[in-house]
Amino acid sequence: MHKLLKEIQTIFLKELYLEWRERYALNGLLLYIAGTTLIVYLSFSLKIRQLNIPTWNALFWIILLFTAINAVAKSFMQERYERLLYYYTLVSPQGLILAKILYNSLLMFVISNIGFIAFAIVLGNPVQDFWLFYLNLTLGSLGFASSLTLVSSIAAKVNNNATLMAILSFPIVLPMILMLMKVSKNALDGLDRSLSTDELLTLLAINLIVLSLSYLLFPFIWRS
Amino acid sequence: MKGFWWKILCVLLLFYTLLMGLIAETPRLPILNESIRNLYFHVPMWFGMMFLLFASTIKAIQYLLQNKNDLDTQSVELANVGIIFGVLGLTTGMIWANYTWGEPWSNDPKQNASAIALLIYLAYFVLRGALKDEQQKARISAVYNIFAFAIYIPLIFILPRLTDSLHPGNGGNPGFNAYDLDNRMRGIFYPAVLGWTLLGFWIVNLRVRLQKIIRHRAEEFANQEKIIAS
Repeated sequence: MHKLLKEIQTIFLKELYLEWRERYALNGLLLYIAGTTLIVYLSFSLKIRQLNIPTWNALFWIILLFTAINAVAKSFMQERYERLLYYYTLVSPQGLILAKILYNSLLMFVISNIGFIAFAIVLGNPVQDFWLFYLNLTLGSLGFASSLTLVSSIAAKVNNNATLMAILSFPIVLPMILMLMKVSKNALDGLDRSLSTDELLTLLAINLIVLSLSYLLFPFIWRS
Repeated sequence: MKGFWWKILCVLLLFYTLLMGLIAETPRLPILNESIRNLYFHVPMWFGMMFLLFASTIKAIQYLLQNKNDLDTQSVELANVGIIFGVLGLTTGMIWANYTWGEPWSNDPKQNASAIALLIYLAYFVLRGALKDEQQKARISAVYNIFAFAIYIPLIFILPRLTDSLHPGNGGNPGFNAYDLDNRMRGIFYPAVLGWTLLGFWIVNLRVRLQKIIRHRAEEFANQEKIIAS
């Protein structure tokens, strides 16, 4: 157990340092979010805030989903074959996948915060229950990161990986994004919090299922 | 007799379903009218799909544990036939919905759920097509199969809570309660589910054997070429 934690810590820090040194992924994603937000703004030709709440909600989560797919897709694709072989001799597969999930969660957390700020500034901020929305956003970024990390390790095995990454992840994130949109709609409308507890618990349960499945299944991908 | 009794059972059950499904008495319900007979043909497709896909996931788990090629072939063929059942269920449902609900697609949770199942397994076949190495193809697609199916199960329970279903028996529509009272319909519905499911597994059985022959022939061919070359 102690060894596993140590491994997770080392890989996590390594990812963080690499990212900080190049800042290529993070900058790219920030521009991606800014660009899509601007396109939404221009294509709806909003002068004064007139986007209705369901549209705001749907657009926000769809943009976040695509950003997440792009962000997480990099986590195994940028690793070269030789480097993966090198990891193979050093760490356990469980340590590697958990560290990657942890790193992607952090990345998604930062990106979703920035995405929210961008949306709030450009398209207006209709959120009434801020803390519920924020809790939902946090759970969402953790969920996206954990479910997409395993998919990205699958997609990395195939050359044509950008398309494959997208089509493999759609059915997997679907239950999650439906729940997220529901809670987020409640928070936008400022409904009573007791109405959202069921959905939040379901989200948490899905997150746990995804995490434990990644933990169990990754060694099989790793071996091939 | 030992190996194929269930095939005879399947044929008998399907004959019974076809015959009784078309001529037996049915309760007279508004809107549904005679289209209530779709229960014997459309609903078993969905049941069959779920049984087949579940079996496919079980085979995928067994493959990861035991690493036998046969298990992989079985898993793929189960998913294949499951998809065919899903498509048939969706089309029969859409034709039926066009007359009873007024439109072929009306955001019904059950329609959405089966569409998502198709999405998962079509992606699964794209993934298999993209991988070249046989061993790797089998292992990675097995992992995706398990992962996607395990997330699909909670989804089936989530979807109906988001929008109410239009299906008979849901959301205050007349339907399954009426069937429950009517034992004549039940007496045809259950055999129909069993019969169609058995047919599905029979097709899988044939396809698995066909795949084995194809593989065997390919090996023989390769051996002959080697002999000629030497």
